[in-house]
Amino acid sequence: MPRTNDVGGLDGFGPVVEELDEPPFHHDWEAHVMAMNRALIGQKVYNLDEFRDAVERTMSHESSYYENWFRAIRTLLKEKGVV
Amino acid sequence: MSDDHDDSAIAAQVRDLEAVLEEKGLLDPRELDQVLEAFAAKSSPANGFRVVARAWTDDGFRTRLLDDANEALPELGLSMGGGLQPQVLHVVENTADVHNVVVCTLCSCYPLSLLGPSPTWYKSPAYRSKVVSHPREVLEQFGLTLPESTRIEVWDANAESRYMVLPRRPDGTQELTEAELAGLVTRNGLIGTAAV
Repeated sequence: MPRTNDVGGLDGFGPVVEELDEPPFHHDWEAHVMAMNRALIGQKVYNLDEFRDAVERTMSHESSYYENWFRAIRTLLKEKGVV
Repeated sequence: MSDDHDDSAIAAQVRDLEAVLEEKGLLDPRELDQVLEAFAAKSSPANGFRVVARAWTDDGFRTRLLDDANEALPELGLSMGGGLQPQVLHVVENTADVHNVVVCTLCSCYPLSLLGPSPTWYKSPAYRSKVVSHPREVLEQFGLTLPESTRIEVWDANAESRYMVLPRRPDGTQELTEAELAGLVTRNGLIGTAAV
Protein backbone atom coordinates (compact mmCIF):
# COMPACT_ATOMS: atom_id res chain seq x y z
CA MET A 1 0.00 0.00 0.00
CA PRO A 2 1.40 3.44 -0.85
CA ARG A 3 2.34 5.62 2.09
CA THR A 4 0.44 8.80 2.93
CA ASN A 5 3.16 10.93 1.36
CA ASP A 6 2.87 9.21 -2.04
CA VAL A 7 0.32 11.58 -3.58
CA GLY A 8 1.27 11.57 -7.28
CA GLY A 9 -1.88 11.44 -9.40
CA LEU A 10 -4.34 11.50 -6.49
CA ASP A 11 -7.36 13.80 -6.51
CA GLY A 12 -8.91 15.91 -3.79
CA PHE A 13 -6.16 18.24 -2.60
CA GLY A 14 -7.73 21.35 -4.13
CA PRO A 15 -6.10 24.07 -6.20
CA VAL A 16 -2.42 25.01 -6.01
CA VAL A 17 -2.10 28.23 -4.03
CA GLU A 18 0.90 30.43 -4.70
CA GLU A 19 2.00 32.90 -2.03
CA LEU A 20 3.75 35.89 -3.55
CA ASP A 21 7.05 37.05 -1.99
CA GLU A 22 7.00 34.10 0.34
CA PRO A 23 9.67 34.15 3.10
CA PRO A 24 11.84 31.01 3.60
CA PHE A 25 10.18 30.47 6.98
CA HIS A 26 6.78 31.69 8.16
CA HIS A 27 7.57 31.31 11.86
CA ASP A 28 10.76 31.38 13.85
CA TRP A 29 10.16 27.86 15.18
CA GLU A 30 10.23 26.49 11.63
CA ALA A 31 13.82 27.70 11.23
CA HIS A 32 14.64 26.12 14.60
CA VAL A 33 13.18 22.79 13.45
CA MET A 34 15.22 22.86 10.26
CA ALA A 35 18.43 23.69 12.12
CA MET A 36 17.70 21.09 14.82
CA ASN A 37 17.29 18.42 12.16
CA ARG A 38 20.58 19.33 10.47
CA ALA A 39 22.35 19.27 13.84
CA LEU A 40 20.94 15.85 14.80
CA ILE A 41 21.90 14.37 11.43
CA GLY A 42 25.33 16.00 11.79
CA GLN A 43 25.68 14.39 15.25
CA LYS A 44 24.70 11.04 13.68
CA VAL A 45 21.74 10.65 16.03
CA TYR A 46 19.94 9.49 12.89
CA ASN A 47 20.64 9.75 9.19
CA LEU A 48 18.83 11.48 6.33
CA ASP A 49 17.17 8.30 5.08
CA GLU A 50 15.83 7.56 8.56
CA PHE A 51 14.49 11.10 8.74
CA ARG A 52 12.76 10.82 5.35
CA ASP A 53 11.28 7.50 6.38
CA ALA A 54 10.03 8.99 9.65
CA VAL A 55 8.38 11.91 7.83
CA GLU A 56 6.72 9.56 5.38
CA ARG A 57 5.29 7.23 8.00
CA THR A 58 4.18 9.88 10.52
CA MET A 59 3.07 12.76 8.27
CA SER A 60 -0.44 14.14 8.06
CA HIS A 61 -1.83 16.24 5.23
CA GLU A 62 -3.59 18.26 7.95
CA SER A 63 -0.25 19.42 9.31
CA SER A 64 2.07 22.01 7.81
CA TYR A 65 5.39 21.02 6.27
CA TYR A 66 7.51 21.83 9.32
CA GLU A 67 4.91 20.43 11.74
CA ASN A 68 5.44 17.13 9.93
CA TRP A 69 9.20 17.53 10.25
CA PHE A 70 8.93 18.18 13.99
CA ARG A 71 6.69 15.13 14.48
CA ALA A 72 9.22 12.98 12.61
CA ILE A 73 12.13 14.29 14.70
CA ARG A 74 10.28 13.60 17.95
CA THR A 75 9.33 10.11 16.75
CA LEU A 76 12.92 9.23 15.88
CA LEU A 77 14.31 10.60 19.15
CA LYS A 78 11.77 8.57 21.08
CA GLU A 79 12.41 5.39 19.09
CA LYS A 80 16.14 5.74 19.56
CA GLY A 81 15.74 6.33 23.29
CA VAL A 82 17.31 9.80 23.14
CA VAL A 83 14.39 11.49 24.90
CA MET B 1 -1.78 27.06 7.67
CA SER B 2 -1.89 26.84 11.45
CA ASP B 3 -3.44 29.64 13.44
CA ASP B 4 -1.53 31.71 15.98
CA HIS B 5 -2.61 29.60 18.92
CA ASP B 6 -1.27 26.41 17.35
CA ASP B 7 1.94 28.13 16.45
CA SER B 8 2.61 29.35 19.98
CA ALA B 9 2.00 25.81 21.24
CA ILE B 10 4.39 24.20 18.78
CA ALA B 11 6.95 26.98 19.26
CA ALA B 12 7.00 26.11 22.98
CA GLN B 13 7.38 22.40 22.19
CA VAL B 14 10.31 23.13 19.90
CA ARG B 15 11.99 25.26 22.60
CA ASP B 16 11.47 22.49 25.18
CA LEU B 17 13.03 19.86 22.93
CA GLU B 18 15.95 22.16 22.15
CA ALA B 19 16.58 22.57 25.89
CA VAL B 20 16.61 18.78 26.39
CA LEU B 21 18.97 18.26 23.44
CA GLU B 22 21.28 21.02 24.67
CA GLU B 23 21.42 19.39 28.08
CA LYS B 24 22.42 16.11 26.44
CA GLY B 25 25.12 17.87 24.45
CA LEU B 26 23.44 17.07 21.12
CA LEU B 27 22.67 20.65 20.22
CA ASP B 28 24.76 23.78 20.55
CA PRO B 29 22.61 26.91 20.89
CA ARG B 30 25.13 28.78 18.70
CA GLU B 31 24.70 26.19 15.98
CA LEU B 32 21.28 27.44 14.95
CA ASP B 33 22.59 30.74 13.62
CA GLN B 34 25.47 29.03 11.84
CA VAL B 35 23.16 26.52 10.18
CA LEU B 36 20.76 29.23 9.06
CA GLU B 37 23.52 31.49 7.78
CA ALA B 38 25.06 28.64 5.79
CA PHE B 39 21.63 27.71 4.44
CA ALA B 40 20.93 31.28 3.32
CA ALA B 41 24.41 31.75 1.84
CA LYS B 42 24.37 28.55 -0.20
CA SER B 43 20.78 28.63 -1.42
CA SER B 44 19.83 31.35 -3.84
CA PRO B 45 17.83 31.41 -7.05
CA ALA B 46 20.41 33.91 -8.34
CA ASN B 47 22.68 30.89 -8.84
CA GLY B 48 20.14 29.23 -11.10
CA PHE B 49 19.61 32.51 -13.00
CA ARG B 50 23.36 32.71 -13.71
CA VAL B 51 23.41 29.13 -14.98
CA VAL B 52 20.57 29.85 -17.40
CA ALA B 53 22.11 33.09 -18.68
CA ARG B 54 25.43 31.33 -19.33
CA ALA B 55 23.67 28.50 -21.16
CA TRP B 56 21.85 31.05 -23.33
CA THR B 57 25.07 32.83 -24.30
CA ASP B 58 27.57 29.96 -24.47
CA ASP B 59 26.57 26.95 -26.55
CA GLY B 60 29.50 24.88 -25.34
CA PHE B 61 28.43 25.42 -21.71
CA ARG B 62 24.81 24.66 -22.62
CA THR B 63 25.83 21.33 -24.15
CA ARG B 64 28.00 20.42 -21.15
CA LEU B 65 25.23 21.46 -18.75
CA LEU B 66 22.61 19.29 -20.44
CA ASP B 67 25.07 16.42 -20.71
CA ASP B 68 26.37 16.42 -17.12
CA ALA B 69 25.25 19.33 -14.97
CA ASN B 70 27.34 18.31 -11.95
CA GLU B 71 30.46 18.55 -14.10
CA ALA B 72 29.44 21.87 -15.70
CA LEU B 73 28.41 23.82 -12.58
CA PRO B 74 31.96 24.36 -11.25
CA GLU B 75 32.62 26.49 -14.37
CA LEU B 76 30.45 29.08 -12.59
CA GLY B 77 31.89 28.35 -9.17
CA LEU B 78 28.78 26.36 -8.23
CA SER B 79 28.25 22.77 -7.18
CA MET B 80 25.60 20.34 -6.01
CA GLY B 81 27.68 19.48 -2.95
CA GLY B 82 27.39 21.04 0.46
CA GLY B 83 24.05 19.44 1.25
CA LEU B 84 23.44 16.48 3.51
CA GLN B 85 24.15 14.02 0.72
CA PRO B 86 25.43 14.18 -2.88
CA GLN B 87 22.82 14.76 -5.55
CA VAL B 88 22.80 14.32 -9.30
CA LEU B 89 21.41 17.36 -11.13
CA HIS B 90 19.62 16.96 -14.44
CA VAL B 91 18.97 20.12 -16.43
CA VAL B 92 16.05 19.73 -18.83
CA GLU B 93 15.72 22.12 -21.75
CA ASN B 94 12.51 23.72 -22.96
CA THR B 95 12.16 23.85 -26.75
CA ALA B 96 9.54 25.00 -29.24
CA ASP B 97 7.88 21.57 -28.88
CA VAL B 98 8.55 20.53 -25.28
CA HIS B 99 7.94 22.27 -21.95
CA ASN B 100 9.40 20.75 -18.80
CA VAL B 101 8.10 20.98 -15.25
CA VAL B 102 9.57 19.61 -12.03
CA VAL B 103 7.89 18.05 -8.99
CA CYS B 104 8.70 15.75 -6.10
CA THR B 105 5.61 13.58 -5.68
CA LEU B 106 6.95 11.83 -2.57
CA CYS B 107 8.14 14.83 -0.57
CA SER B 108 9.93 18.04 -1.50
CA CYS B 109 13.22 17.20 -3.26
CA TYR B 110 14.49 20.38 -4.86
CA PRO B 111 17.88 21.83 -5.93
CA LEU B 112 18.11 24.31 -3.03
CA SER B 113 21.57 25.55 -3.91
CA LEU B 114 20.40 26.77 -7.33
CA LEU B 115 16.79 27.73 -6.62
CA GLY B 116 16.87 28.93 -3.01
CA PRO B 117 14.41 27.79 -0.34
CA SER B 118 11.47 26.00 -1.91
CA PRO B 119 8.06 27.66 -1.89
CA THR B 120 5.20 26.13 0.13
CA TRP B 121 3.20 25.39 -3.02
CA TYR B 122 6.01 23.14 -4.31
CA LYS B 123 5.75 21.10 -1.10
CA SER B 124 1.94 21.06 -1.07
CA PRO B 125 -0.02 17.87 -1.79
CA ALA B 126 -2.16 19.92 -4.21
CA TYR B 127 0.79 20.58 -6.55
CA ARG B 128 2.49 17.23 -6.06
CA SER B 129 -0.63 15.20 -6.75
CA LYS B 130 -1.97 17.17 -9.67
CA VAL B 131 0.98 18.27 -11.78
CA VAL B 132 1.66 14.66 -12.78
CA SER B 133 -1.93 13.92 -13.83
CA HIS B 134 -3.09 17.36 -15.07
CA PRO B 135 0.06 19.38 -15.81
CA ARG B 136 -1.61 21.69 -18.31
CA GLU B 137 -4.31 22.62 -15.79
CA VAL B 138 -1.75 23.27 -13.04
CA LEU B 139 0.39 25.44 -15.32
CA GLU B 140 -2.71 27.46 -16.18
CA GLN B 141 -3.22 28.13 -12.46
CA PHE B 142 0.20 29.76 -12.59
CA GLY B 143 -0.88 31.83 -15.57
CA LEU B 144 1.10 29.77 -18.07
CA THR B 145 -1.02 28.67 -21.01
CA LEU B 146 0.85 26.51 -23.51
CA PRO B 147 -0.22 25.74 -27.07
CA GLU B 148 -1.98 22.37 -27.41
CA SER B 149 0.88 21.30 -29.68
CA THR B 150 3.46 21.70 -26.88
CA ARG B 151 4.26 18.45 -25.15
CA ILE B 152 4.64 18.75 -21.38
CA GLU B 153 7.23 16.58 -19.67
CA VAL B 154 6.99 16.23 -15.90
CA TRP B 155 10.14 15.24 -13.98
CA ASP B 156 9.77 13.61 -10.56
CA ALA B 157 12.73 14.39 -8.31
CA ASN B 158 13.93 12.05 -5.59
CA ALA B 159 16.51 11.73 -2.83
CA GLU B 160 19.40 11.25 -5.26
CA SER B 161 18.26 13.18 -8.35
CA ARG B 162 17.27 16.81 -8.73
CA TYR B 163 15.99 18.68 -11.79
CA MET B 164 16.19 22.23 -13.06
CA VAL B 165 14.48 23.57 -16.16
CA LEU B 166 16.43 25.53 -18.75
CA PRO B 167 13.81 27.96 -20.08
CA ARG B 168 13.76 29.21 -23.67
CA ARG B 169 15.58 32.47 -24.26
CA PRO B 170 12.97 35.17 -24.94
CA ASP B 171 12.87 36.70 -28.41
CA GLY B 172 14.41 40.12 -28.86
CA THR B 173 17.11 39.67 -26.23
CA GLN B 174 20.12 39.47 -28.57
CA GLU B 175 21.52 42.78 -27.32
CA LEU B 176 21.36 41.93 -23.63
CA THR B 177 24.44 41.10 -21.56
CA GLU B 178 24.71 37.86 -19.62
CA ALA B 179 23.91 39.70 -16.37
CA GLU B 180 20.86 41.34 -17.94
CA LEU B 181 19.68 37.97 -19.24
CA ALA B 182 20.03 36.50 -15.74
CA GLY B 183 17.68 39.26 -14.58
CA LEU B 184 14.93 37.94 -16.86
CA VAL B 185 14.83 34.49 -15.27
CA THR B 186 12.46 33.67 -12.42
CA ARG B 187 12.44 30.95 -9.78
CA ASN B 188 9.22 29.54 -11.24
CA GLY B 189 10.86 29.47 -14.66
CA LEU B 190 13.49 27.11 -13.22
CA ILE B 191 10.73 24.82 -11.88
CA GLY B 192 8.71 25.08 -15.08
CA THR B 193 5.63 26.86 -13.73
CA ALA B 194 6.59 30.00 -15.69
CA ALA B 195 7.90 30.37 -19.24
CA VAL B 196 11.12 32.13 -18.15
